[in-house]
Amino acid sequence: MRELTFTAAAREALTEEMARDASIFVVGEGIGPRGGNFTTTQGLYELYGPMRLRDTPISERGFVGMCTGAAMAGARPVVDFMFVDFILDAMGELINQTAKMQYMSSGRIQMPIVLRGCIGIGKSAATHHSGSYYSIFANVPGLRVVVPTTPYDAKGLFKTAIRSDDPVIFLEHKLLLNNKGPVPEEEYLIPFGQANVARVGKDVTVVALAAMVPQALSAADELANEGVAVEVIDPRTVSPLDTDTILQSVHKTGRLLIVDETFMPCGIGAEIAAQVSDRGFDDLDAPIKRLNGAFAPTPYSPSLEAALVPDAQSIAQAIRDLLAE
Amino acid sequence: MELSSEQLLSLYRVMLIIRRSEEQLARSYAQGLIHGACHTYVGEEAVATGVCAHLRSSDMVFSTHRGHGHALAKGVHPRALIAELFGRETGVSHGRGGSMHLFAPEVGMMGTSGIVGPCILQAAGAAYAFKLKGTDNVGVAFFGDGASNNGAFHEGLNMAAAWDLPAVFVCENNLYATEIAYASVTRNPEVATKAAAYGMPGVAVDGNDVLAVYQAAGEAITRARAGKGPTLIECKTYRTRSHAEGMRDAGYRTVEEIEAWKQRDPITMFRKKLLEDEEAGEAELQAIETEVQTTVVESAQFAQNSPYPDGATATANVFSESTKT
Repeated sequence: MRELTFTAAAREALTEEMARDASIFVVGEGIGPRGGNFTTTQGLYELYGPMRLRDTPISERGFVGMCTGAAMAGARPVVDFMFVDFILDAMGELINQTAKMQYMSSGRIQMPIVLRGCIGIGKSAATHHSGSYYSIFANVPGLRVVVPTTPYDAKGLFKTAIRSDDPVIFLEHKLLLNNKGPVPEEEYLIPFGQANVARVGKDVTVVALAAMVPQALSAADELANEGVAVEVIDPRTVSPLDTDTILQSVHKTGRLLIVDETFMPCGIGAEIAAQVSDRGFDDLDAPIKRLNGAFAPTPYSPSLEAALVPDAQSIAQAIRDLLAE
Repeated sequence: MELSSEQLLSLYRVMLIIRRSEEQLARSYAQGLIHGACHTYVGEEAVATGVCAHLRSSDMVFSTHRGHGHALAKGVHPRALIAELFGRETGVSHGRGGSMHLFAPEVGMMGTSGIVGPCILQAAGAAYAFKLKGTDNVGVAFFGDGASNNGAFHEGLNMAAAWDLPAVFVCENNLYATEIAYASVTRNPEVATKAAAYGMPGVAVDGNDVLAVYQAAGEAITRARAGKGPTLIECKTYRTRSHAEGMRDAGYRTVEEIEAWKQRDPITMFRKKLLEDEEAGEAELQAIETEVQTTVVESAQFAQNSPYPDGATATANVFSESTKT
């Protein structure tokens, strides 16, 4: 099968969807002739022009509100934030307006809007360009929250996002963007709420998201040498969250480690742990453990940045500790 | 723009529907029939009436917390408004919204809002969608003087002007944002002049003169439909009741000021003009007044006889049916 980068796979999805549906338009800073800071829209301006590839002023609140209105009037906007940290200027619009519109209109207005951006710690991006925030978004009724890991997931989930009549937050980790992986030529969509079992194992379950998935897979390789079979589950969407797949795995392994680059307090790991202890208590042979990024803003220096985030070594050690429980 | 007698009487009738509905709501509030907030539009009826007289149901209105008049002028029946404030299933938002969340997309009433400012952005967004689709519809935002000090005003007007969007921004300058005097929180209290900062026309009119509003709105809407871009209209007006029913209306404005504005009541002034210009006779006007009064009284009875929504439906429409997973 041919291989594409994560970004190219997501861009192919956008390209195909824009050809299919003339009501789709993209807004963002530098997404026009420049093709996007992360080449998310490269080549599209030449095809579709300024009405459908709209370079914006630095008005995040403004264009989120504007795209909310456009969606109310039957268009299908894609907001490209470049770095998703910039969405924070639009949180009032997003949570009070975009997310609540379908409910408040008792389903008479739909909200087909995709809000995409780069997330994650890495590359010395420092604290205003390193946030992920998916636990915050997952706490909001009305929002879908997607965190793909592979190029295959990026394309299939982007297509679902763009065809969704709900607002979708589509988060692309900066350390995954240039990763290559197999992407079929034929069309496919990946439904929301369907986790990927990234590696099958019987001894311990590791749930990981985005850039933590390849780290968890490396840790699993290391532990295989020690005779431990690690199952790695990538939820791919945190809202809706596929708890069933996690529970099935825990039923088999009896042990659960949740690896999440973002903050521990009130995070997605806490939600997964609560649901598993509620519905899978009898399957557990040990306490549920979490391994998170440190509860701190993101520093610049590589030595500080690396100290903040779990990696294959710390994940492997956390698995060993869990097996010793 | 010359108006026929029939059109003039229609303006009178719409203003009267708003006034009588608001008076009914104020009485109902005092009787404990309204469960939450009730911001009346008494004194400002000429604005919504003069603007909405130009609109089709496919044109979209985005409103603010003082939005009963906008909903009624856009075609919502008083019974659906009153039932909504009574929290009933037959309300315009099926009891989900109350005073500040009135949704009737079927007539282009795209919502009132409990947050000041977003309506400006959403109207710009609807205008963007209309332009994208090549229709000649317009997006209209109604907001108060308070919103002109909000960032949404700057971001929305800037983008709408930059892209020649078919939007009309109607500022109801009633001199107070809640109970803060507008002139005390801006160095430039002439809202219309702010349009120059965005390179769009800004027009100030007597907001208590329905014909002046009608004239200015007509020019702005014609301009928008012709693809010539947005207009800011400042309607200088006044709410003669308190910010919200049940609130103490003292400490920030004088009785003399309120009385002076009551002398310039938009409905009384227009009635006098209709008689003076011999556009209508006394009997004709009285017939309209009786009919409107009957409609409003029957609407309140309808609302009171309507059922409350079924609690089992309290979580319906958080997400779209089409993408439920």
